[in-house]
Order: sequence, then C-alpha cells, then structure tokens
Amino acid sequence: MTGSSPQPEGGLTAAELVAIRADFPVLGRRLAGGHRLVYLDTAATAQRPRVVEDAMRDFAENRNAGVHRGAHQLAAEATEAYEDARTKIAAFLGAAPWELVFTSGTTGAINLLVASLTAAAGGRAEGAARRFALLPGDRIVVTQAEHHSNLVPWQRLAAVTGAQLAYLRVDAEGRVRTDDLADAVTPRTRLVAFTHASNVSGAITDVATVVRAAQAVGALTVLDAAQSAPHLPFDFGALGVDFAAVSAHKMLGPNGIGALLGRSELLEVMPPGFTGGSMVEIVTMSEATFQPPPTRFEAGTGPVAQAIGWAAAVGYLAALGMDRIAAHERALTARLLDQLGALAGVRVLGPTAARGRTGAVALDIAGVHPHDAGQFLDDFGLAVRVGHHCAQPIHRAFGVTASTRASLGLYNTAAEIDRFVEVLSQVRGYFGVVR
Amino acid sequence: MSSLDSIYQELIMDHARHPQGKGLTEPFDGESFQVNPTCGDQVRLRVVLDAPPDADRPSSRLSQVAWDGKGCAISQASASIMTELVAGLPVDRVEQLDALFSELMRSRGAPVSAAVEDALGDALAFAGVSRYPMRVKCAILGWMALKDALSKALAGDASPARVPEGI
Repeated sequence: MTGSSPQPEGGLTAAELVAIRADFPVLGRRLAGGHRLVYLDTAATAQRPRVVEDAMRDFAENRNAGVHRGAHQLAAEATEAYEDARTKIAAFLGAAPWELVFTSGTTGAINLLVASLTAAAGGRAEGAARRFALLPGDRIVVTQAEHHSNLVPWQRLAAVTGAQLAYLRVDAEGRVRTDDLADAVTPRTRLVAFTHASNVSGAITDVATVVRAAQAVGALTVLDAAQSAPHLPFDFGALGVDFAAVSAHKMLGPNGIGALLGRSELLEVMPPGFTGGSMVEIVTMSEATFQPPPTRFEAGTGPVAQAIGWAAAVGYLAALGMDRIAAHERALTARLLDQLGALAGVRVLGPTAARGRTGAVALDIAGVHPHDAGQFLDDFGLAVRVGHHCAQPIHRAFGVTASTRASLGLYNTAAEIDRFVEVLSQVRGYFGVVR
Repeated sequence: MSSLDSIYQELIMDHARHPQGKGLTEPFDGESFQVNPTCGDQVRLRVVLDAPPDADRPSSRLSQVAWDGKGCAISQASASIMTELVAGLPVDRVEQLDALFSELMRSRGAPVSAAVEDALGDALAFAGVSRYPMRVKCAILGWMALKDALSKALAGDASPARVPEGI
C-alpha cells in the first residue's frame, strides 16, 4: 500500500501536510529500534508546533511578570499579553473574552463549576445565584459516555447536595442516546452534563437535541468539549450550551491550562468556586466582595505563559482552518475504518463510518489484552493509548475493561494509517491467537 | 532477543495461556481485590494459612493461594508464577520474596542483587518488564493482592474484599 492517495475535497494538500509536519520537531524523532515515530495518541495529548514553544520562550525571556498588578512596564506588557491571549482563544472558541475563565484544564474547569455550585448550595446563594443551588431531590443528568472528569465531580456534587444522579445510555456504537432524554430529564433536573465527542467511541453527540430537552425544564447544560474543540469547528455561542470545558494540550497548546466557558449572564451571578487573591475587590477581616467575571473565577496567579502558548496554538489552527483540518482528519478516519473493517478479530468500539465521529478510534482485539497490543505496536514506533482512557463506564457498556485506541491529529498521514493497520494485523499472530 | 521478546518470554507466554492457581476456592483466611488503575484490570486473590503461629513455629505457612482476574499476559503470568513460587512457604519467606520481586521491578533492567537472582526462580523472567515503567504495575498486581490478603489473614480478617458497586 502507498500513502499517495489524492487529498480529499476541502482537506489539507500534500504540500501543506509536509509543511505542517516540519513544524512539529518531534514527528521527525527516531525511536528505539530505529523506527520513526508514528504518533496516534493526539486524543491524550497533541504534539506542539514550534510557534507555541517560541511564543512561550519569548514571553519568558522578554516580558515575564505578574499580571493584573504592579505599575512597571513588564507587568503592563504581561497583563496585555495575557488578556490578548484570552481574547484570541475566546474568539477561536466562539465566546466573548469575559466568557472565558482560565483553568488548569478540562478537569479543572468542571471542578471549578462544581465548586461554584457547591458554594451556592451552601445556603449563601441569594437572588439570581439560587439558580446554582441544588437541593435534595433535584436531579443531575450525565451520560454513560463521559470521561471520568465529567462524571466523578458530578457524583461528588450529588453526594454533597442530596441531588440524584441519572444518566443517558449509549447505543451499540457508543453514541449518547437522545431517545433516553424524555425519561432522564425530569422536571426536577437542574443540570445536564455531557460530552461533545467521546474520547473512546469518537461519537459526536447531538448537542442541539440535548440542549432543547434541558432548556425545556430550565436545566443548566455543561458540555465537555475536550475532544471536539481540537478537531471540529467549535462555536460556543451557536451550540447554545451554558458552559463548556476545554484543555489546551489537546489542541496543540501547552499543559496546565484550559478554560471554562460560561454564558456571560450566568457567570455574572454565579458564586466563585475558589477564593483568594486576584479575584476580590474589597477585603476586610470579616468579608470580601468579588470582581466581575471572568476574574472572579480566577483566584491566584494565572498560567500566563501557558495562555500565550495556547493563543499561538489556536492561531496555528485558525490559519489552517478548522473546517479543513476536520476534513483531513475525517478522510484519514474513513481510511482507517475501511482497513480495520477487513481485519479479522478487530472490533471498532464506536461508529464504523467516519461521519458523525472524530478520529479517536478505540479497538477491541480478540484474544489480546490492550496492554499487550500497545507494547507490540510500540515496538514498531506506533504510539497509541491503551487502557480505559479514563472512561470506564463506556468500556463496560461495550462489554470490555479496556481498549487499544488510535487517535488522529492534523499532522497524521495516510501512510501512517496504512503502517498502523499493517502492524496491527500481526498482533494476534504474535500472541498466538491465530497461527 | 528483541525488546519485545525480552518481555514476552516463552515462560511468560506459557503461564499467560495456562495460568496456575487460577480459580477461587473456599474457605479462605484472607481475600484481596486489586485493580490496575491504568487499565481497570482486576484480580481477586485468596490465601489459606495452615495454622496460627506458635512458639515452636513462629511463622504460619501459606498453604494455598487461589486467584481470579482478567488482564494482560504480564499480569496473568505474574500471578501464575507467583502462585507456584510462594505456595507452601512460611509467611515470613513469602514477605521476603515480595520484597525481592519489588526490587527486581525497580531495577529498570540493571543487574540485580544475588539475593534476587537466587530467590525468585521463574519470576526472574520479569526482569525485561522492569525496563517498562508502565508495565511494572501489571507485573505487581498479583503480588499486591497477595500482600494485602496475607496481612488480612494474619490479622484474622477473613471477610470478603470490598468491590465497588456496578463494576
């Protein structure tokens, strides 16, 4: 097989792909045994283009200072760079700058939201803030497709408030079942938290239908966009959800930063989950008043260099165009699914057509444990993820404990897909499942 | 030997295909349930002691090990080889072997002490695994369960191990 298939309509050209790969130094890396790295683990963390590291180094070497304080020139430049980064990232995600709260990542964003709701439930919520106070007997709805980061925090909130936790099931392809909505979303439902795209099945959720059902009972909606915003055109405003959470490191950015997006009228009245420096106006020995959002939700010193790196990453993505990146990844996903369909003993844990899904493709290999499969693939330079990918319930729904996941990024090529399938086809033979 | 073959030695593959001591038995003196957090693999292991220690024989003897679980070739083979290695030994010797196996797993492929080489027998086959930190957890899963089940048995706690709801 060759990797010289024509580029699909609307995708990236072959010349662009060569140029893109040159921007990611690690892709040229040779691994043990002399194998060239084939990186198929972007859903765990994306590789970073040089411009991201350059932007962070430039900040560290020329402008590093505390933001939102200090009267000196560096402090002013750092503050401007930080807020400029916020504006660029928010625009990329379809949000206003004041709707973007910097967090440590998706997990940090959801936990911030849970901490804010916990503060509201603590009895101090007044007026509009009562919207965020859950009561015993209220309901929180999640889905079986959730990453642990959009499940365990809600289990905690349910335990703290006495609310009950219900969930939407997934269908045989790992897609969130919206036909469950009528039963699950009761009049007492106060919040629906769901994934935009599963990090296991890759299935994209019908967001509009879930939002409609939630809005019909006045429930808040929370979207885990960790696996969608890096791969699809993402427009927070158009999606109609109340909150969304993202991580920078899955979209070519650095670790340690992400965001909670929140509709401005909600952030205006939501109590802060974390308190301390930087987020207050007046502090006496007995009480404090809080700044407006997003600052109210950003206690402590923010991840300034990371924000600047993340802004460079979204600039890189925006220059290529998310629609074209999505078309490129969809074509590669179709090629992968097509070849996997011809492989005996390999089951795709997710939709088997490229439409309505991302390039996160989890596999169950008959007779071979994912850890063993991953070890075999690694020996040929193929980096995949093995395990439960922090999503045990959806694996249980598929009847397995763990899986082997290949996940695609904009820098992957058709030749890499072919190489992956070629090596994968030898796994069962090596472990003696087929002779 | 390729790096892959250094992990998946024939001995390991044999035990993975034909695990020893697999299948739970009753009664038992101590039970443990352990999970590998990265993949969700589980092992439930039970131990039977021959008698409580007394003045003549200061250590109980581990008369039986029985386990069940699902997991990769490494975790299954390790639990199997461990079972063969420790069954019938005095408890203090089992604890020594556990410490020596931990030393082997921490070796990162470097030469190990003579004590490790002399004591571990077939379990030395996991030396290759020690070079892969992500796989060490697989190899020690059974040993963790053994250590936990033994400590319960010695404390007189023969209650079933707690397993999370809905698993």
